[in-house]
Amino acid sequence: MRFSPHTAEDRAAMLKVIGAERVDDLFADIPRSVRLNRPLNLPAGLPEMEVRRLLTSLAQRNADGDQMVSFLGGGAYDRYIPSVIGEMLRRSEFYTSYTPYQAEISQGTLQVIFEFQSLIAILTGMDLAQASLYDGATAVAEGAMLAYGHTGRRRVVVARSVDPQYRAVLRTYAEGHDLEVVEAPLRDGRADPDEVRRLAENAACVIVQHPNFLGLLEEPEALCEAAHAAGALYIAVQDPISLAVLRPPGEYGADVAVGEGQPLGIPVSFGGPYLGYMGVKQDYLRRIPGRIVGETTDHDGRKGYVLTFQTREQHIRRERATSNICTNQGLMALAATIYVSLMGPRGMRQAAALSIEGAHQLADALEGSGFRRAFAGPFGSELALRSPVDANALGATLRRSGILGPLDLARLYPELEGHILLSVTERRTPEEIDRLVKALREVAA
Amino acid sequence: MNTIFDEHEAGRGTSYLPEREIDLARYLPRSALRAELALPELAEIQVVRHFTGLSRRNHGVDSGFYPLGSCTMKYNPKINEDTARLPGFASAHPYQSEETVQGALQLMWELQQDLQEITGMDAVSLQPAAGAQGEFTGILMIRAYHRLRGDEGRTQVIIPDSAHGTNPATAAMAGFEVVHVPSDERGGVDLDALHAVVSEKTAALMLTNPNTLGLFDERIQEIAQVVHGAGGLLYYDGANLNAVLGRSRPGDMGFDVVHLNLHKTFSTPHGGGGPGSGPVGVKAALKDFLPMPTVTQRADGSYGLDYEIPHSIGQMRSFYGNFGMLVRAYTYIRSLGGEGLLGVADDAVLNANYLLARLRGSFYEPYDRTPKHEFVIAPPRDLKKETGVRTLDIAKRLLDFSVHPPTVYFPLIVDEAMMLEPTETETRETLDAFADILLGILKEAQEDPEVVKTAPHDTVVGRLDEAKAVRAPRLRETLGA
Repeated sequence: MRFSPHTAEDRAAMLKVIGAERVDDLFADIPRSVRLNRPLNLPAGLPEMEVRRLLTSLAQRNADGDQMVSFLGGGAYDRYIPSVIGEMLRRSEFYTSYTPYQAEISQGTLQVIFEFQSLIAILTGMDLAQASLYDGATAVAEGAMLAYGHTGRRRVVVARSVDPQYRAVLRTYAEGHDLEVVEAPLRDGRADPDEVRRLAENAACVIVQHPNFLGLLEEPEALCEAAHAAGALYIAVQDPISLAVLRPPGEYGADVAVGEGQPLGIPVSFGGPYLGYMGVKQDYLRRIPGRIVGETTDHDGRKGYVLTFQTREQHIRRERATSNICTNQGLMALAATIYVSLMGPRGMRQAAALSIEGAHQLADALEGSGFRRAFAGPFGSELALRSPVDANALGATLRRSGILGPLDLARLYPELEGHILLSVTERRTPEEIDRLVKALREVAA
Repeated sequence: MNTIFDEHEAGRGTSYLPEREIDLARYLPRSALRAELALPELAEIQVVRHFTGLSRRNHGVDSGFYPLGSCTMKYNPKINEDTARLPGFASAHPYQSEETVQGALQLMWELQQDLQEITGMDAVSLQPAAGAQGEFTGILMIRAYHRLRGDEGRTQVIIPDSAHGTNPATAAMAGFEVVHVPSDERGGVDLDALHAVVSEKTAALMLTNPNTLGLFDERIQEIAQVVHGAGGLLYYDGANLNAVLGRSRPGDMGFDVVHLNLHKTFSTPHGGGGPGSGPVGVKAALKDFLPMPTVTQRADGSYGLDYEIPHSIGQMRSFYGNFGMLVRAYTYIRSLGGEGLLGVADDAVLNANYLLARLRGSFYEPYDRTPKHEFVIAPPRDLKKETGVRTLDIAKRLLDFSVHPPTVYFPLIVDEAMMLEPTETETRETLDAFADILLGILKEAQEDPEVVKTAPHDTVVGRLDEAKAVRAPRLRETLGA
């Protein structure tokens, strides 16, 4: 009972006040037939020193991205995390609090969310944003639910170039409302606006990722227009770092902007916890899922923040809520808010620009190597290549040179047998890129 | 307090990255590029002071008592925070090949096994991102189960009137019609009413046990028989598992699907409202419907991700789960062991009953029973009429004493409800001090009701105008606004 403060005397005194003889008496109403009459079959409890040893040994069985040079991306990115973030995230007034139901003693959490909403609205160019969702994939799915709620249409069009994880989750969520998910096929690695226009007939929304999962820039203006021509909403999926340098969804007319906030100061952590964001046009305020924080005043006119427009939410609205989501990703939203505050516009742009430059230098250096670009269009910080060798074998070889990657695209796109994805972030130095180039050239030779 | 926008000064900032000039037009079409990016610019010290300042405007478990019913605000051990940040865990990329993440996979596999043992279920998925998503996962599996059997007519989910709001919201999100069943005078499911609503349309009953009144439904086996007899399944909302750890298992009570909240029972921090983690456990009959992937142990003893789940409902979120939370929960389970977990339930129930004993006679007790880890009371029935003081006022007055109020106005079936869950990690002195404060406020309400009705008085802001927040919405800041 590691974390119980009670002594035997405490327990005895407390039982006396309760008027019970033994703790067992407090459980007397549990029928014998459903009691567990044996100890739980678990390893015995360990003192802290032993627990730390055990966990350290497990952690050491992983090859971590800090020891290796990582070119793995595909939705989770090894970006630089300033020291301030870790320090602030361990302020326990933040991490040991719960959802801000009592506004007067939760102004810290509430103001963080308000600032997070503001930063997401600016980055995406949307009118407003909510307090965060579980991750990019569920943000996409919630976006589709919003579109279904708004249009009443049961067809959802998603470009096949959208992250396969997001599409998988979208299909799971769609099942609940019997929505039909239709994919706009890959045309040289991208979505084709004419094809999307046809598919969008009678659709609730069109979902496009830009740059897409294969690293390519889509044509968001034309695609957005195609969606709107069919009366469908346009849901833009964008990496928030890319938003620092690319035209934001709000500018080209998107109705909903969603994405994965992990690149904003959150470690890759084997897939979670991450951070979904959602920005919308003003018109959809009452359809947005999850928490929203608003500014108001108290009776003395002091500025303060509250959870607002709660009549959309499950704890008020129950089966008529816009989503069943209960809280948000509070601590991850805090990390992202601090990240953007620290980086500022120049730091954000620099993170994006260094990544894009690195990916292009990598592409140039691989010319004539046998690793050829898979698709022709302009690309950002990720590079899809046709590999002359088996992707698995390639991964094993690179690992011996201390390199993590590439991602085998055939795992996620059966039609892309022999294709790989390499991802470059600002953490990759020119020397590391050279090392990768050299290793790839050796493999190909 | 200032916002980061108020602190902005053009040209400020700290360099975290190499500063060389890059012309993006060399790589990307100009038409794709963004013209302006109006984000605030701050020096590092401003950022640190700002967020330190904000943290001080928050109350957490580490700041003081937090008896928020249904949320299990127990102490969050600091070792968990260290282990989750070990480089081998924090820096592991989810697309790394299996042989390079054996430690992470082993941890997940063992946690799956542990949670099966703790809940009495046959298989566990760690994927759901939070309790509400665990519910959604479980209900989608139930839907898929009936459909695969050709049992398409099961369109209803039965939910007690004492249930969490997520239960009906989840059922609706999974396409079900919600049918409510009332509670009886003992606070349990009204069996006659249950008989009346179950039918060939029943897909499932969602139940929390002990329920949101903190009461164990002794007739759980009869309830299970009624639902199973009609061909429905039983869903366990694990929000209150802390009360029965090592004492009674949902699997043995007759439940077919359970979700757990690692951020409640297994001490992972609530984070100001997330990230949580909501693993789901199922009986063997539902194993083939689990979300993909689960973690498996291969014949050679190594660990891998299993995507071969015949009727899987699919994927619930990106990748495999809130791994950082899984590391914390695993650390907690290894710290406590089986005996320690039993002790958690014992002390949680002891603390709740002790606190209730201290308040008994002064507050209204809707059910005269022995609660488990939490209990529901209300102010004396004539207080509102005589003084105008409501539960909300009492809750707000508690803020002046640096304790977090209980959950209020929930469950919905008790008028002016206050739901208290002290958890096992609080000392007797803390419980005594809290009882004294609460009894003091009750006295104050009778003697000087205005003080209570206008509380809080000592917080950084007073009661906030929620109507104004909706009437004149201000949901974001803009630079230079």
